Amino acid sequence: MPVIDLMSGFVGELRRAGLPVSLTENLDAMEAVKVIPIEDREAFKYALGATLVKNSSHWRVFETIFEVYFSLRGSQYNIVDPSEDQADEFWRDEQDQAQLGQGEGRGAGGGGLEALTPEELANMLMRALMQGDQAMMRALARQSVARFAGMEPGRPVGGTYYLYRTLRNLDLDNMLAKLMEAGKASSQRESTSLEQRLAKDEYEMRIEQFKKEVEAEIRRRLVADRGAEAMAKTLRKPLPEDVEFMHASREEMQSLKKALFPLTRKLAARLARKRRHGRKGPLDFRNTVRHSLSYGGVPAEPKFKYPRPAKPELMVVADISGSVAAFARFTLMLVYAIQSQFSKVRSFVFIDGIDEVTKHFRATEDIQEAIHKVNTEADVVWVDGHSDYGHAFEVFWERYGKDINPKTTVLLLGDARNNYHASQSWVVKEMRKHARHVYWLNPEPRSYWNTGDSIVGEYGGHTDGVYECRNLRQLEGFVEKLV
Amino acid sequence: MTNAFASVAQVRDGLKKINYLADDGIAGVVYLAQRLGKPVLIEGPAGTGKTQLAKSVAELTGARLIRLQCYEGLDESKALYEWNYKKQLLRIQADKTSDSWTEVHDDIFSDEFLLTRPLLEAISAPDPVVLLIDEVDRVEVETEALLLEVLSEYQVSIPELGTITAKQIPMVFLTSNNTRELSEALKRRCLYLHVDYPDMEREKEIVLAKVPDISANLADQIARIVRSIRQLDLKKAPSVSETLDWARTLILLGVDHIDAEQAKETLHVLLKYQTDIAKAAKELSVDE
Ligand SMILES: Nc1ncnc2c1ncn2[C@@H]1O[C@H](COP(=O)(O)OP(=O)(O)O)[C@@H](O)[C@H]1O
Ligand SMILES: [Mg+2]
Repeated sequence: MPVIDLMSGFVGELRRAGLPVSLTENLDAMEAVKVIPIEDREAFKYALGATLVKNSSHWRVFETIFEVYFSLRGSQYNIVDPSEDQADEFWRDEQDQAQLGQGEGRGAGGGGLEALTPEELANMLMRALMQGDQAMMRALARQSVARFAGMEPGRPVGGTYYLYRTLRNLDLDNMLAKLMEAGKASSQRESTSLEQRLAKDEYEMRIEQFKKEVEAEIRRRLVADRGAEAMAKTLRKPLPEDVEFMHASREEMQSLKKALFPLTRKLAARLARKRRHGRKGPLDFRNTVRHSLSYGGVPAEPKFKYPRPAKPELMVVADISGSVAAFARFTLMLVYAIQSQFSKVRSFVFIDGIDEVTKHFRATEDIQEAIHKVNTEADVVWVDGHSDYGHAFEVFWERYGKDINPKTTVLLLGDARNNYHASQSWVVKEMRKHARHVYWLNPEPRSYWNTGDSIVGEYGGHTDGVYECRNLRQLEGFVEKLV
Repeated sequence: MTNAFASVAQVRDGLKKINYLADDGIAGVVYLAQRLGKPVLIEGPAGTGKTQLAKSVAELTGARLIRLQCYEGLDESKALYEWNYKKQLLRIQADKTSDSWTEVHDDIFSDEFLLTRPLLEAISAPDPVVLLIDEVDRVEVETEALLLEVLSEYQVSIPELGTITAKQIPMVFLTSNNTRELSEALKRRCLYLHVDYPDMEREKEIVLAKVPDISANLADQIARIVRSIRQLDLKKAPSVSETLDWARTLILLGVDHIDAEQAKETLHVLLKYQTDIAKAAKELSVDE
């Protein structure tokens, strides 16, 4: 299929994955592929990226889709026949050397890689990793998939299964230790801890790279078997900003964390800017006259008074039990990243007991570290460690209720799944009476609200609004509105 | 353009000759920008070679670099053009008696009284130029709209003088340190290039290219340590400029093989926050 024809499927998949590709950008991409040959694969990929992806946090999703659609393109990316691979040459070299050294062959004769035992293949891999031999690593990745993955056409099995099978056969889990050991043995003197650390990082990176090669090979074979469209569909993943807090996998959590940092920085900058330029006040007469002196008394540059609106105080009260913990964490991180926008931020966490955790955030500039302290040190279990909003709110009111004043904005965080305890929703009502605003943020999809033991409606009725915050996009939207 | 590129490889090699180390992505997008005549928006952390790329491309193509440094409050009069009102006032004063108002008017709104700012300069340039709009994320949204207009039309209309249209489409680079989201419209108009920290090999080459008298061995060690440090969860990861500063410091100190002690004593050149320094020192176990 010519490249141009592949493009429409490719762009369609980008859009389905949530990337906002406009018509102009699509046309630009079509122009781009005319001037950069697909054989120059990296440049080709970046050319497509430059025209279609305008947000760096979307790059990973783009890369996956690119792999799927273009993995079989270009001569060096054809599916290889395991018997006529580069690995063969390497293997023969090895044998020659062995023969020179020991005066005898290794039994496999001149035969190909099929004759190798898994151990022998693993040893070859180890040597390739030791030397950081890229070409060899790639060849071995392909070889390993061909031998160990056990892929058969039409089998409805996912890529992770094949990956697992391949890696297990290579004993990759112990590879790092083996490499470190071998590295130590080959150096003449004792290496320092710094050197060891650097060596470990290097080996880890090579192993990671090898895994990627294995994954890529599996994907190529799956695409060949099932077609790009079907593969893209199985691999489809949400963009970081759309990942649901409540169902994020480990890897997704990682990407969320990564996305959070630039997002908070942008948010902080945007808010600071708003503050400075927000409102143009009335003419500042004195200032205008003062400046007019440099224009010979002509008031050429009118000056205005900028009103400085009072910053609100914030109290965050968050449920940190199991399913909503991640949501609480991200919200706290976001809030503390922009804390300069508030005159004061206090935070409280609860499960069935409640504890103030403000001090952890005061003690360090490192929000991650503070969050870690919150997780490990906060005293939030009262009876059984199942969420009890009612009890937590009661205690909150008793201890801190008097601190709520007309400058305070209260944020209540959680799914309001109260395990059928008493709601004590009067507390929220009281809060609102005394505070400037009370908002509830719920990480559950709206359609789940008030089902089962969720009583968000009962609390929500006493607030200034309940907001669905399932993902970063929604959370960011809310926080921006708040300030 | 005086020197059109023939291939992506040529861009990469050309840049390398003048000591800019590009990866496939950077070289590919520069090549594409020239072929398609589109501006490039370069985004990425500070100190990763965004500004330098525009400068180096100018050098490589033998074009004149015109730089518009953005800042908060930058407006049309500083980006595009401005009437030299002082000179205009003087002109009016001088000729109070003789000329009719129309004459004076025509006169004071002529080229002679026009202060050309970078955007207009780039558009009206008769020679090949590279326009660098640096740190565009600092300007207000209104100014961004102005930029977009210029980059879409490649013409500027001055009410008193008429429309000035570009004789050639200059290569344009906009850089952003990503402190705020740029408008969708601007992004659509541009090719997008995300420049991140270089991988170890490229960083080593950058160090070798930029730090005189450094040994390959030391450059290699520096690149390795920096890579390991970047993997930590830091407030601010070291940028390429900081790597270069560190390399220069080590050279000044006469170091040619970094040991734990030297690393610890010089970490502050690489990292700006106390908490980061402590973290790195601990992680690299350069403590003991
Ligand atoms: N790829 C590179 N090749 C050569 N020098 C580089 C490269 N990347 C960064 N540098 C050097 O690092 C320093 C910072 O680069 P600069 O362009 O000012 O960063 P940015 O504009 O991204 O903040 C400069 O001294 C620059 O020459
Ligand atoms: Mg710069």
